[in-house]
Amino acid sequence: MRGAEGRKRAKKAVGSGAGSTAGAGSTAGAGRSGAGLDARLVVRRGAFRLDVGLRVVPGEVVALLGPNGAGKTTALRALAGLEPLADGYLRLDGAALERTPPESRPVGVVFQDYLLFPHLTALDNVAFGPRCQGASKAEARALAAEWLGRMGLAEHAGAKPRRLSGGQAQRVALARALATSPRLLLLDEPLAALDARTRLDVRAQLRRHLADFEAVAVLVTHDPLDAMVLADRLVVIEDGQVVQEGTPGDIARHPRTDYIAHLVGLNLYKGVADRHTVRLDAGPAITTTEDLTGPVFVTFPPSAVTLYGERPTGVSARNLWRCAVAGMETHGDQIRADLTGELPLAADLTTVAAAELGLHTGAEVWAAVKATQTHAYPA
Amino acid sequence: MTVGSVDGSGAGSGRDAEGPGRGRGLISPRRGPVPVPLLVPALVGLAFLVLPLVALLVRAPWSDLPDQLTSPEVWQALRLSLLCATAATVVSLVLGVPLAWLLARVDFPGRGFVRALVTLPLVLPPVVGGVALLMALGRNGVVGQWLESWFGVSLPFTTAGVVVAEAFVAMPFLVISVEGTLRAADPRYEEAATTLGASRFTAFRRVTLPLIAPGIAAGAVLAWARALGEFGATITFAGNFPGRTQTMPLAVYLALQSDPEAAIALSLVLLTVSIAVLAGLRDRWMSAS
Repeated sequence: MRGAEGRKRAKKAVGSGAGSTAGAGSTAGAGRSGAGLDARLVVRRGAFRLDVGLRVVPGEVVALLGPNGAGKTTALRALAGLEPLADGYLRLDGAALERTPPESRPVGVVFQDYLLFPHLTALDNVAFGPRCQGASKAEARALAAEWLGRMGLAEHAGAKPRRLSGGQAQRVALARALATSPRLLLLDEPLAALDARTRLDVRAQLRRHLADFEAVAVLVTHDPLDAMVLADRLVVIEDGQVVQEGTPGDIARHPRTDYIAHLVGLNLYKGVADRHTVRLDAGPAITTTEDLTGPVFVTFPPSAVTLYGERPTGVSARNLWRCAVAGMETHGDQIRADLTGELPLAADLTTVAAAELGLHTGAEVWAAVKATQTHAYPA
Repeated sequence: MTVGSVDGSGAGSGRDAEGPGRGRGLISPRRGPVPVPLLVPALVGLAFLVLPLVALLVRAPWSDLPDQLTSPEVWQALRLSLLCATAATVVSLVLGVPLAWLLARVDFPGRGFVRALVTLPLVLPPVVGGVALLMALGRNGVVGQWLESWFGVSLPFTTAGVVVAEAFVAMPFLVISVEGTLRAADPRYEEAATTLGASRFTAFRRVTLPLIAPGIAAGAVLAWARALGEFGATITFAGNFPGRTQTMPLAVYLALQSDPEAAIALSLVLLTVSIAVLAGLRDRWMSAS
């Protein structure tokens, strides 16, 4: 993570081009026979305006990824009917739902902090939905017991939520949402309330359950790892807009906004390419191996940067910039240095290298990147 | 260090006299002496509240007490009081909990004004409440004349009238208490219930109501205690007929003029009930929240 300062700097480099949407994600076949989710959600809340389009086919898991306040949860609430649409539409398996009250939508929600009813046992929490749908008490409980069994929670059926661990509560919440046989499963930060160790387990289990789920699943997260592990497709939302969508691999390789670049740990710049030279909006040029013309993005990983205390001799002077250290933090067994200067960038180096360079905040360094380590793609 | 503090208090002249070195051996840091300008009024205030109750105990006719308390008049008044206070509490619950929900959960125009109207009986002198009830439900009242002519129902000066007067005064306590609990309760539980297919009413009944049960219970006890002690509205609207509308507070007031010992005995009964309510509140709800 490059920290807030790094983000701010890179935003300058990326410029306002962040708004260009990839458009690649509009999954082929989403419209076929109307199955799945097809929605355009417009929600206004004071000065904030959410306007996102979503198409998800049955069996597909889509993650809405974005920074806090981007409107992910608002989008989810709009899908559930808890937030009225100012405009747009919402079709699920061909049926228009935008005017349907939440209790009549075939939607299941796993809330961020689960919201298990504290006065009911795990079994009665799961049986709540089927009961509301008209099942008898016995039927609802039998169904709930079946779901808890499937989640490996049979022995916790009689426990009140406060006696469940975080991971167990998460699975009860999932069972409760699935017990109503929803055609659209919504998960709001499903792993955020868990500690790091539980998270690993629960993520793996959740991935299995989502893989088994045959209808549409939409999850909201600000954690790129959760998104990439759990989802088939990512939709990145910033400031209420979709800024990029695609498969996790595609997004990791070709970030189009500073936020995404930051998430996947890349230095990202926007510029105009003329063959192998990309003139950045912010000033300097980067030499790349790709042969492109027109507006492009250029990325390179922090590990591709080599730092020198003095201007190096015998190094190709092309991708060489004079910088100053703005900050440093340990990053695994590496040190990540935030650099300002000709080209703001993040660089990774070993502790030994940092010591040999006498790196400290304010130190002058030269940063070099080989053209083969950069990656350019059309903006 | 006990020696030091014993010395300090034994000196009598107060803790101010203790040098900074005196507290050296104390394990917990000392906060310094309680300021006299706060301490004196506090103690006077405490005495002011406790002394009358102590006087009641001192002057109680302990030897005659068994006779006094077993007299049919006392039992009649006590029975009537408990019955009416309980009925008034039930009325307050049935009408007040939905009203509290409306105020807490539904955003309608003029909500602040409605809340002010609900709280008005809290600050209104109960006698005024009684007069207002007469104007509304009396034989010639705005609504009362129709009750009389259509259903042959007349509320003033009946036991039902006592319940009405007590509910009028007590219900705001319950509404305010329950509304506060509702506002503190997480409305997202209701949202979770609706995403599971529950209508708004089902969500209220099966999720919200159990969640706010402690608040409702506390509000009910408050309302019950208020109803039990009701005097002004009751005597104005329902009168003072032994066995029919004469509740304990009315009996106490009347007895004081003819038989002060009986008044003390009746007062002791009410004091006991109050202490029991307080104890119940403390154990079940005050500490729980």
